Amino acid sequence: MDGNPTAATPVISVRDLHKWYSGVHALRGVSLDIPHGQALGLVGDNGAGKSTLISILSGLHQADSGEIRVDGDPVRMRGPRDAMNLGIETIYQYNSMVPTMTIARNLFIGREPLKAQVGGFGILDERRMRAESVGAIADVGLHLRSPDALVGELSGGQRQGVAIARALYFKSKVLILDEPTNHLSVKETAKVIDYVRTLSEQGMTCIFISHNLQHVFASCSRIVAMAHGEIVLDKPTGETSLDEVQNVL
Amino acid sequence: MRRILKKSLQKPELAATLLLVVLIVVFEYTSNGFFLSAANLRGFLGLMPETALVAVGVTLLMISGEFDLSVGSVFALMPMTMAVLMVHGWPFLLAMSAGLLLCVVIGFLNGWLTLRFEIPSFITTLGMLFMARSLTVVISGGFPPRFDLNAVPAPLFAAFVGPGGLFRASLLWFLAIALLVGFILGRTNFGNWVRATGGFLPAAQAMGIPTVRVKIAAFIICSVLAGFAGMLQVMRLGSPLPSSGEGMELQAVAAAVIGGTSLWGGIGSILGGVIGAILIRVIDNGLVLSQVDGSWFKLAVGALTILAVIGNTWLRKRGQAMKVSEH
Ligand SMILES: Nc1ncnc2c1ncn2[C@@H]1O[C@H](COP(=O)(O)OP(=O)(O)OP(=O)(O)O)[C@@H](O)[C@H]1O
Ligand SMILES: [Mg+2]
Repeated sequence: MDGNPTAATPVISVRDLHKWYSGVHALRGVSLDIPHGQALGLVGDNGAGKSTLISILSGLHQADSGEIRVDGDPVRMRGPRDAMNLGIETIYQYNSMVPTMTIARNLFIGREPLKAQVGGFGILDERRMRAESVGAIADVGLHLRSPDALVGELSGGQRQGVAIARALYFKSKVLILDEPTNHLSVKETAKVIDYVRTLSEQGMTCIFISHNLQHVFASCSRIVAMAHGEIVLDKPTGETSLDEVQNVL
Repeated sequence: MRRILKKSLQKPELAATLLLVVLIVVFEYTSNGFFLSAANLRGFLGLMPETALVAVGVTLLMISGEFDLSVGSVFALMPMTMAVLMVHGWPFLLAMSAGLLLCVVIGFLNGWLTLRFEIPSFITTLGMLFMARSLTVVISGGFPPRFDLNAVPAPLFAAFVGPGGLFRASLLWFLAIALLVGFILGRTNFGNWVRATGGFLPAAQAMGIPTVRVKIAAFIICSVLAGFAGMLQVMRLGSPLPSSGEGMELQAVAAAVIGGTSLWGGIGSILGGVIGAILIRVIDNGLVLSQVDGSWFKLAVGALTILAVIGNTWLRKRGQAMKVSEH
């Protein structure tokens, strides 16, 4: 199956992943296949290992053992850039935007379009950054006054919207959202959940992490529950219930 | 219109610029018109590039989220190294390169130690302040070597070149370097990474920016500019002093902060740092001309630092709170 993806090949396939943090066995043999276009809800109690799993998938940490395949090919991710280049984009509760920078600058951090360059360093194409960020933000249905507004002036929900716009703009295949709705108002939370639903309808693969089971049930087609570094439940949303998930946690 | 006003209220260097204008007017008045005379400007513009260059480096580094307290010592160590090597028969270019290379090494060490061992750069560079100063005194052997001004192209750095000899070549070096650093910070992808790294480190890391290398590069640029500025001073004075640059580190931080640079990183501009440095020189010069006891200088700089930061914070908040119409 190597290098020969078919529609049935999972976009991400994880086998027997282990991760230790100086003594803490945070992942104890996690295996997971995620098909294209699925919206997967990842739930679990504090310290269950959810963030650890996705930090490995987003290149922030490396697993101690186990295998990751993307579209069937085994991959080694040495940093977030490797994951981004493979089409995996991650949105965190706080960590995805620099509040002291403008929307246009934020959209392109690390992937700036350049007018001229030598050896990877070059002059920013600011006109393009501004124009394209306006388009990218409009594409997710956000209405912001200007690409020059500081991200720090946006509401939490708007920030997550910009982060999602960024992922879409760079045509990521997989969007990972780690508790993106924490500290958001009810209205803004609804908006973010709406995004997740729309994205999966458009065929984007999403991994949505939340402590709020209602939110996960409302937006995902499959529920994966973790406890103590292992997967303890993995079912289509339709075949499980809030009670069942709550019981295994 | 409101949008332009909002934008300029959020410019970090606004408060310092306003203060600078006010102070120039005041000193012009209290010095009976001598402050802006050609004779005084000649002196002023000869000194200013040296401290302003140090402020440029410190500002860049602070925007990346780190500190450098060793710039004053590096300011003395670089030209001293150069002078000692030349006394030992090294040609100028080689000695200068060796001096600048030493600055690169110091900057690298400052950054590497800070990031590798996860200690505050305040501590690393405080240690470096003492070590570089000590080295300067040691290699000077107690009596400063004189530069053979015929062996160095001193005019290239210190000759009066302006119209009517108004300023020295050092001003041109300073302008070129400040513009270059300002350009790098404002218009290149590297500058974007510096701002992101200092603005919010976890986000920069999550977006795959090599934050460690970005910071180390900023440390190195800061050290090299401090050393180069020290060399400019020696070209002007003719002899490197083991004690030159003492207290300069705090003036440079003050300049950056007065110019709107945030202590927490991410916010600031090279222009602001330069204006801050000019402000400090203006106060120094203006107080002397106004026949105020020189001991008041530090009080004035201290008060100005606090005032400017309060002003900056207030203006920025006003700017943010300002609503501009949709679209
Ligand atoms: N950087 C780290 N260093 C040391 N231990 C860590 C680190 N990150 C996580 N851990 C430990 O690994 C385990 C799994 O943590 P993880 O953050 O993956 O849980 P989580 O499911 O995301 O929890 P939460 O719902 O609170 O976010 C916990 O015991 C945690 O203490
Ligand atoms: Mg977590």
